[in-house]
Formats: sequence, structure tokens, C-alpha cells
Amino acid sequence: MITLDNLTKIFDTDRGVVTAADHINMEVPQGEICVLLGPSGCGKTTTLKMVNRIINPTSGRVLINGQDTTDQDTVSLRRNIGYVIQQIGLFPNMTIEENISIVPKLIGWEKSRYLKRASELLEMVALDPAIFLKRYPNELSGGQQQRVGVIRALAADPPVMLMDEPFGAIDPINREVIQDEFLKLHRELKKTIMFVSHDIDEAVKMADRIAIFKDGKLIQYDTPDDLLSHPANDFVKGFVGRDRALKRLQLVTVSEVLETESSVVTAEDSLATALQRMDDAGYERAIIVVDGHDRPVGYISRSVATTTKGKCGQHSYNLRTVVRPEDDLRTVASKMFTHDATWLPCVSEQGKLMGVVTQRGITHYLGATYKSSRSDDQSIRRIRVAT
Amino acid sequence: MEILDFVMTNLNLLGKLTLEHIGLVVVAVGLATLTGVPIGIAITQNERIATVVLYVASVLITIPSIALFGIMIPILSTIGHGIGYLPAVIAVLLYSQLPIIRNTYTAINNVSPGLREAARGIGMTSAQRLRKVEIPLSVPVIMAGVRTAVVMNIGVMAIAAYIGAGGLGVLISRGISQSDPRQLVVGAIAVSLLAIVADRSLLSLQRRLTPRGL
Repeated sequence: MITLDNLTKIFDTDRGVVTAADHINMEVPQGEICVLLGPSGCGKTTTLKMVNRIINPTSGRVLINGQDTTDQDTVSLRRNIGYVIQQIGLFPNMTIEENISIVPKLIGWEKSRYLKRASELLEMVALDPAIFLKRYPNELSGGQQQRVGVIRALAADPPVMLMDEPFGAIDPINREVIQDEFLKLHRELKKTIMFVSHDIDEAVKMADRIAIFKDGKLIQYDTPDDLLSHPANDFVKGFVGRDRALKRLQLVTVSEVLETESSVVTAEDSLATALQRMDDAGYERAIIVVDGHDRPVGYISRSVATTTKGKCGQHSYNLRTVVRPEDDLRTVASKMFTHDATWLPCVSEQGKLMGVVTQRGITHYLGATYKSSRSDDQSIRRIRVAT
Repeated sequence: MEILDFVMTNLNLLGKLTLEHIGLVVVAVGLATLTGVPIGIAITQNERIATVVLYVASVLITIPSIALFGIMIPILSTIGHGIGYLPAVIAVLLYSQLPIIRNTYTAINNVSPGLREAARGIGMTSAQRLRKVEIPLSVPVIMAGVRTAVVMNIGVMAIAAYIGAGGLGVLISRGISQSDPRQLVVGAIAVSLLAIVADRSLLSLQRRLTPRGL
């Protein structure tokens, strides 16, 4: 847990006094990712760097797991905090193994222990230790280097990590991959992470909570979903973008909007049976055809069932695509647009039919959260700063 | 032919003078490295002091060597070493400061801010940062400074023969005073060859000292 208590930084510059961070109060709960977001010069990076005292606070306190760090020795404080920066900062004169082992070595781990740790960590980010341990940073691609940058920060297993635009310098395709990998890693390790970004999409994807900064002030601190559905003011509204409802799509998974499809037909059933079941179940558009193992193989549209006679197997249309329960709605919407579909079947890992996602279901879900008042437990955790 | 004969008949002398010459330069530049590198590192902490130190070192290098030897005669006479080995070494020591201090200062200052910040953020003390990151990364540029000093001062040391420091300059000065072109030419060529060989071998040393991965 990271707690910022009235954290303030005032810089004396040639152009006068600048308040880079103005009485910041916030708390990052244990095991969560908090993204500090805002335009450049808003104070997000200053705030982050005050946590490990790369920048010394003018006033206020930083508490890590409830412990005030103000009087703690800077060097030992930093060794307890993983630090990842945009420039990566792998030392070019050291091998990957040496780079990863720096902090464990500094805090006095035994050689066998830190060497084993380096291999383990490389495997976690899908880099083969046999190949990479003895390489030098300049022999790695940018994406590989940043993976090493991340695991170097994790090497001594610090409870807290600070990440300053860690994926900012990586090309968009690799960035997606490395973000996904990092989230997977995070789900295993459950570190408390403060993460600076200027990219709302990255924030929505990575964050459990987002803190929006402007002119050194914390404007809104909320979960991504609340931030997108209830921006505190016009600045936040402008910053999250006019398509904020669409951005929420990636926060919701198929399983949350899944409509279970109880009525299905098999290839052997007649079209009349199909029509009957559609009527009974109230399906307006179509009914899914499954095989003997409950796997969807096609569908019968209502128009076919009404106008034609015969077996379902002879008149079914092929399913254009299916989705999985863990897919996010952004992926689903994209598939729907690609295939000109208003609904898509959802299947389990074994390929069994679990239900369908409909366009109406999606819009209803998003619309419902817009209209509903916020639940109480959310407002307790929410800290808003009036502007 | 005459020159070749001179070389063949004076091989021993030539060898002795070359060794003397190398000895002088190695001692002087060695001492200069031991002083210049720490000074170069120290002045990275304060820009104002750095400007002053680099300015002084630049002024030193503009003093003609003959003049410098002249200045040192009365000063060092007080301890009985007005001429000979000591003033020669001191002169080269002073001349070597600029390339070595300046290259060290530039190299340490040019370590990328990202690396500096990573090293700080990881929890390295300033001594650890210097030892494990900043100095290893600066080795190629510092070594280039040492090379410049060596090559430059192999030439300067030839003049030190006039204050009795020995070295290959002895052949040149004798060649002039005895109007003997053989000695003059052999001395001059030997000094040039020595400079070229020293530069080459220091370059390979530099490559060997440069950390892999750079």
C-alpha cells in the first residue's frame, strides 16, 4: 500500500516559483495498479518520483505499507521499491544476468540465489535464460530490453513498484503485447504499483484506479469504469475523450453481458421444431444449431424457418465467428462490425455453447451504469478533489 | 645508406635512448592519469569549478615547452633538480592534464540521464554508481585522452634532452650542435615511430579495457 499525505513539491525556477505537486492525498491499495494520468507538466511524474525520493518533497509524507518513509535512508528505501523508467536504463556494460542481479547483490543475497532468480524472472517474461542471460543489452530489441527492465525492478521482490511511462518508447504492436504480459505477471505477483502514463487507453487497460492530474493538483481518483462513466468535471471529460463510452467496452468482459441460450436445435431437428423453439424462447432473430457435444455449428434464421421445410442441418448458415467469455467487449464489438452481426455465440474452452452476446445487451449494460447512481462502497473508496 | 650504417653501428645507444624516452613518458603520463582522472571526476560535481579547472589546464598547455623548462630551472634549483629528469616529468605531467581531465569530465558528464536515474532509482550509492556504471562507461573516452597525452608528449619529451633529461631528443640535439644530419634524422624518425607505435598499442589496450556490450 502506498499512501501520499499532503505531498507537495515547489520548484524554484528562473521563471519563479512553480508548484509541481500541490497537497496530493491518495492511497494505492495493496496489490493494485494505480495509473497517474494527465497532460505533460501536470505533476504526475513529480508525484511518482517523490515516492522513491528521486525528487525530494517540499512537504508532506509518503507512507509505504503504513510506514512513514520521510526519515528512512534514501538508498535502502529505493532498494525496496522497484523502479522502471521509459528510457529503460539497462546498464550497457553489464550482461542481462548482471543487470537483473544488481539489487539482490546490493542487498547481499547469495550468488546461487540471485542467479536462480535471474533465470526464473527471464522465464516469466518468456525470454529463454539459456540465450539471454549472457547477452548484453545492445543485443536485445527494444521490447526485450524493457521486459528485462521490468524484471530487474522485480528482482529483489519489492512490495512496491514505480513505473514512469514504462512502455512509452515501445512501438504500438509490441506495447500491446508487453502490456498484456505485464498484466499477467501482475495477476501472479500482486505488487502495489504506481504507474505514470499520458495515454488514456493505456490507463484504462492497466489500471485498477486512475488518478487524473492537472496543474499539480489531483483532480479525480477513481476506478477506470467510474472515471469514464462519471468524469468529475469538464477537464476530465475532455481528457478521457468524447468516446469515453466506447473506452469502457474494454473494461467489460463477455461473461458480464452474456445471455444464456437455453434453447438450441440439432441438425436432425426439423425447421418446424426450430420455429417452435424460437417462439417458445422468444428469440426474434435466430436459433443456434449444436452438434452432439453442445458445440455450435451454425444457426437457423427465423426467415428460413418460417418459409422453408426440412431438416435444420440442410438449411443452417455457418457461424461467422465466436467469442470467449473472457474477451472484452471492445473485441466483441469489433467482431460484430467486421461480420455485420448483431449477436455472436460465446463458447467455452472446450467449444461448448455458453450463450450469446447481443448488441442490445452491450448497449443496455453500458447505458444502465450511466443512469444508475453509484453504489456506496465505491464512493467510500473514491477521493475527489474539488476544483 | 649513411643513415642505415649509423643505426646499425649505434643500435645499443638507440635502444638505451628509446627506453629512456619511453620511461620518461610512461612515468609522467602515468602520474598524470592518476591525478587527472580523479580531478576530471571530481569536477563533474560543480560546473563553476569545472570551468576554472579546465581553463587552467588549457592555459598550461599553451606554454611552450622550452619556456616551461626555463621557468622550472630557478624553481626546482631550490631542491637541487633545476635540470634533468624531474623538470621533464613535471612538464609532461602538466601538459597531460588537459586531455585527460577534459576527456574524463566529458565522458562522465555524457553518461545518459536515463542510466543515471536508473542507477539512483535502483538504490546505488554515489560511489557504487561511479564504480559500476559511470567509470566503466567512460573508459573508452578516458583512454582516448590518455592516448592523446602520450602521443603529444612523446614529441615534447624530445625537447627535454636540452635540460639533460635524456631520451631520443639527445640524438636530435647532438645532430644539430654537431651538424650531423645522420643523428638528427635518426632521432627524428625514431621519435615519430615511437609516437605511432605508442598510439597503436594504446588503441588496442583501450579496446581491451572497454567493457563488452558497449
